[in-house]
Amino acid sequence: MLKQIEGSRAVAECVAMCRPNVISAYPITPQTHIVEDLAMIVGQGKLDAEFINVESEFAAASVVLGASAAGARAYSATSSQGLLLMCEVIYCIAGMRLPIVLTCANRAISAPLSIWNDQQDSMAMRDAGWIQLHAEDNQEASDLHIQAFKIAEQTSLPVMVCMDGFILTHAYEPVDIPEPKQVDDFLPPFLPKNIVDPRSPKGIGLFADPRFYLETRYILHRAMEKSEETIKEVSADFAKTFGRNSGGFIKTYKLEDADLVIVSMGSVVGTIKELIDRMEEEGKKVGLVQICSYRPFPRHEIYNVLKDKMNIVVLEKSISLGRGGILASDVRWSFPRAEKKDRNISSFIAGLGGRNIPMDDLRYMVEKVEKEPVELEFLGLKNELISEKDL
Amino acid sequence: MEQSAEELNKIEKKDLFTSGHRACGGCGQALAARLVADASGENTIACVATGCLEVFSSPYPDPSWRIPFLHSLFENAAAVASGVEAAYKALNKGPVNIIAQGGDGSTADIGFQCMSGMFERGHNVLYVCYDNEAYMNTGVQRSSFTPLGARTSTTPMGNKTRKKNMPLLAADHGIPYVATATVDDFRDLQRKVKTALSIEGPKYIHILAPCPLGWGHHGELSVQICRLAKDTGIFPIYEIVDGKVTNVLKIPVKVPVEEYLKLQGRFKHLFKKGQPTPEVAEIQEIANQNIARFNL
Repeated sequence: MLKQIEGSRAVAECVAMCRPNVISAYPITPQTHIVEDLAMIVGQGKLDAEFINVESEFAAASVVLGASAAGARAYSATSSQGLLLMCEVIYCIAGMRLPIVLTCANRAISAPLSIWNDQQDSMAMRDAGWIQLHAEDNQEASDLHIQAFKIAEQTSLPVMVCMDGFILTHAYEPVDIPEPKQVDDFLPPFLPKNIVDPRSPKGIGLFADPRFYLETRYILHRAMEKSEETIKEVSADFAKTFGRNSGGFIKTYKLEDADLVIVSMGSVVGTIKELIDRMEEEGKKVGLVQICSYRPFPRHEIYNVLKDKMNIVVLEKSISLGRGGILASDVRWSFPRAEKKDRNISSFIAGLGGRNIPMDDLRYMVEKVEKEPVELEFLGLKNELISEKDL
Repeated sequence: MEQSAEELNKIEKKDLFTSGHRACGGCGQALAARLVADASGENTIACVATGCLEVFSSPYPDPSWRIPFLHSLFENAAAVASGVEAAYKALNKGPVNIIAQGGDGSTADIGFQCMSGMFERGHNVLYVCYDNEAYMNTGVQRSSFTPLGARTSTTPMGNKTRKKNMPLLAADHGIPYVATATVDDFRDLQRKVKTALSIEGPKYIHILAPCPLGWGHHGELSVQICRLAKDTGIFPIYEIVDGKVTNVLKIPVKVPVEEYLKLQGRFKHLFKKGQPTPEVAEIQEIANQNIARFNL
């Protein structure tokens, strides 16, 4: 049913329809509305689940870890510092192959404190062994959660659904919320593979000496790579059941005869599409590759759709300080070395700490890379705020 | 579940924590963990913190546990146990005994917050602290349970602070059952585990577990050191049921703390040419305060 609804509420309703047994979270802006709504849904008896209010995000992650290891479908949500505080558990959950689903309402990281959106938080967890799916809008954010539980449970890998804080979490948009029956048909009950159970005692979380550890990382890496098939299958299944395309590996927009291609992910994609339409009217051919699955990284897809494109610009809301664009590095790595020679892959950082990304800035970016490649540039930088002595 | 006095006082030997683990000879924690597992029985899930116990009992592929064992991190055993309990509730499984367990560091320092949260939320979980008064797994560094005067690798001149009083901090959360125990009295320790598991809600048992390596004594003295810890008033034995101190173990003949300190290398520097330094009097004062406070 189409509802005019806040993004957080839409996600909460979809998560509830996935019938998690245990939900645990700790308040942090801009994730709070999601868990508040879930607390109400549980409180009203519309979802039969244990909702555990904990004393930190670290505990929230640990509670869902324990719950999942005991056979429950478990869910949490967080942002920014909360995700960083969870970091140790985030790695542990992946290493233990627990199919937990977590929403990251993407937000900047301190210092300086900023409650506003960028994607540095989930980027900081990119190497942990979690599947990371990025939503473009609230419809996709809602749909991705329904897919996430299925992907997680089929692959025994945890899934992080990333949605831009405030821009999506607090935005009211029309969202098609499915009927519970449709979700029940799409998502089978959780059949855990490996649990603590006195009827069949086993150890979970044993320590591995150097004879065994390396293989655990190899297996996890291969499982992450292999999850590509599941992500695609589940997205295709979803389209069949619910009648719309959501998720998957990558999406493209007006790519076919584009002279210049923007690669990006998250909500900024909406603005980029608008720009592409306007520029098309002006006779310029710009295309888009939208990353939906950031981990596993869609390297081969990117290569396949961009192998004939010689001018590419990566726009992202995160940075590896002292290195540059993180997504840009990933995209550059997607092309074989020999093919890189004449291909320009420019890198722009934008929107950090919630800085607006206006259409004019995007237009400036496109016009600049039409002339020359850009190694790294911060879009919308206010030079009057920067003093040489601080550098 | 009501148990008869006979059942409560029976010493359980079920081999749920088996031999062949890699603890040092005379390890108080290994003995305590076995007594706790055997008292809890088969229908138990152990959520163990990183530390000596985890390392010596759970190397892949040959763990020592015959009950389900779940280990995640150093500081989250109580939160993981909370999650296990929540799952059992949500899935209508059980009843099952859920025991979070860790050393003094994972209890009183890095894991304090998770444990406090578990108590405050009222999970039906027993938390067992194996207190060996320092970070033994990493090579005997000071923890907030390290007693006054004790030498550790990070207090080479002797620890300057008093030990954190964890049982009372646990009790002040308003949890229904707190107890202290030592590894020399199997019957008492196991009775307390069985009692705790018969009570709904969060429970805390604090077990003094001598560490021959860190304390500097011969392994065969672990039991004797426990007895002296009790007889000097250094480690009072009591239960706190619904906030009231009860079943205090009386000391028939009070022993000076010197007798306890002298057996342990970590206190050796407190005696110069056999004569006690002023710190010994301070430690005696701590024991005296315990004797007065608990009417030992």
